[in-house]
Amino acid sequence: MALATRSSFRTLKAIRGAHSFCKHATSSGSSSDRVSSLWDEHRLTADQLHFRALATDFAKKELLPNGAQWDCDKYFPVEVLRKAAGLGFGGMFCAEDVGGSRLNRVDGAVIFEALAYGDVSTTAYLTIHNMCCSLIDRYGNDQQRNHWLPKLIQMEFFSSYCLTEPSSGSDAASLQAKNYYQLQTTARQAHGSSDYILNGSKAFISGGSVSDLYLVMARTGALGPKGISCFLLEKGMPGLSFGRPEDKLGWRSQPTTSVVMEEVRVPSANMLGREGQGFAIAMAGLDGGRINIASCSCGGAQFCLDTAQEYASTRKQFGKAITEFQSTQFKLADMQTALHASRLMVSNAAAALDAGSPKASACAAMAKRFATDACFNIANDALQLHGGYGYLKDYPVERYLRDLRVHTILEGTNEIMRVVLFRHMLQQP
Amino acid sequence: MSMNPFCEIAVEEALRIKEAGRASEVVVVSMGGEQCVETIRTGLAMGADRGLHVITQDSSSLFPLAVAKLLQALVSSEQPRLLLLGKQAIDDDCNQTGQMVAGLLGWPQATFASKVSISDDKESVCVEREVDGGIETIQLQLPAVVTADLRLNTPRYATLPNIMKAKKKSIQRVTPEELNVVIGSDLEVLEVTEPPKRKAGVMVASVDELLDKLKNEARVF
Repeated sequence: MALATRSSFRTLKAIRGAHSFCKHATSSGSSSDRVSSLWDEHRLTADQLHFRALATDFAKKELLPNGAQWDCDKYFPVEVLRKAAGLGFGGMFCAEDVGGSRLNRVDGAVIFEALAYGDVSTTAYLTIHNMCCSLIDRYGNDQQRNHWLPKLIQMEFFSSYCLTEPSSGSDAASLQAKNYYQLQTTARQAHGSSDYILNGSKAFISGGSVSDLYLVMARTGALGPKGISCFLLEKGMPGLSFGRPEDKLGWRSQPTTSVVMEEVRVPSANMLGREGQGFAIAMAGLDGGRINIASCSCGGAQFCLDTAQEYASTRKQFGKAITEFQSTQFKLADMQTALHASRLMVSNAAAALDAGSPKASACAAMAKRFATDACFNIANDALQLHGGYGYLKDYPVERYLRDLRVHTILEGTNEIMRVVLFRHMLQQP
Repeated sequence: MSMNPFCEIAVEEALRIKEAGRASEVVVVSMGGEQCVETIRTGLAMGADRGLHVITQDSSSLFPLAVAKLLQALVSSEQPRLLLLGKQAIDDDCNQTGQMVAGLLGWPQATFASKVSISDDKESVCVEREVDGGIETIQLQLPAVVTADLRLNTPRYATLPNIMKAKKKSIQRVTPEELNVVIGSDLEVLEVTEPPKRKAGVMVASVDELLDKLKNEARVF
């Protein structure tokens, strides 16, 4: 770059500065409220429209102004998450007797998308916490539910889901029954006691080191899916320790650590579900988790689309706003189409899960694979539409791109989503 | 959702008064077409006990005097001790309804409230008002009319459980005819125009010229 160009670039940056991206962000938010409800009013219930309005309001006031700072500082916004829990977002799908809101999965998809618009990384942690709460609600006995859920749902306590290990990623999630499972974390029965002793380590655990409760899948029996059980480990248990927080490309407002278990003694009362039920529990959690992550992708992509459209309508080159060029119009139209398709697939998967459809897992895999890919591409296109400014941290789009990049990887890689889907396609109808 | 921001502040204040034990019931009122139901539901989701919807064919004919007359009729059947309104609606910026209904009812009024305190014996209310010269504190006998200004409070979010509970709360529907109020077209909007575009400034060549213009044209001194 020539010196003259570089200095004029910097001057322009000083003029536009940090304030303009805040303006972009907030005004995008308000204009999208009016527009986006028109696209969905015919298919959302009155309740879902209310839920979305609440989530949008919360996202605009609490998440949107702070996301960039949290990302920059690697700050986990515990107090804002607790505020969200106070509104009922902590245990959305749980029963009312423990403080849950008893919402269905379609409601959840609407809410998480609206929240992710404000900040993908923080909302993604909220979905993981909700997944853990749902598993305890569904598989826990009365004692476990009453002991843990009221505090978890209010987010007095935070939770993490621990399946992945350093040497066991996609393989632990494989659904081919004949495969042997490489889960290295073991839980043996202690001598002369009903306690279990856990040894092993988990990798890439969202909320690691901060969470109070860890849902850990460990091998209690022979190799194979039926040899895995689920345990509730509490921070502070002797032998439970955490690696240093990972330095990640995105999701920087969440701590991600390894979870290390060295002769951790866990009472049998902390086993969730039956011995050998752990794998089924893990997979049940992931169906909902995949829908939630895909919802977050949609929310992040909607923000990117809105901000790109706003930028392009004000950026003038060759004597006119770049939205007057057909290639920009076509690009934005394609982004909108891909986002709309993603959203509908996610909503359909949520409805299938609510209905208990035997194809719910397949729908969730399809929706997750499609939406996370499409929405990352939307974010990437949005960055391109911003030109050089898109590459600067002054503008929020690069953070959404970084955050969305991991959605094609976690909760089951998009490659594994194809494995899951094809297995369902092979089944007799 | 789509509640006038000053009205939202008024609803919040009403809820706080009830939570402080100074009121037994909060009723939210809206007037106009079907879209009022959404607004009332928002108030119910915040925590109001029940809703009243005055249905009119056409919301655009509801000028402040008509609203004040309808409120006057509702007050005679509901018998509230306090009428809390937003100071003005952000579509027409009239800032008249609260004042008019107080006049029609013969009730004391405190407008632009930035602080509201009901007395322990619930017979009077002390209000701090934002006026041009600063803050004025006045005490009114109840029943009274108070209109809310921006700094009175920060409205709460509805919570998910409250949104769902709101569905079970009742919204009573009533027409102007049932209230024996005739809505006349007292006002007619003749024209709505933008203010004239700001004229470009004038470049002056010297300080003397600047002083001359300030003295003789702008008449600053």
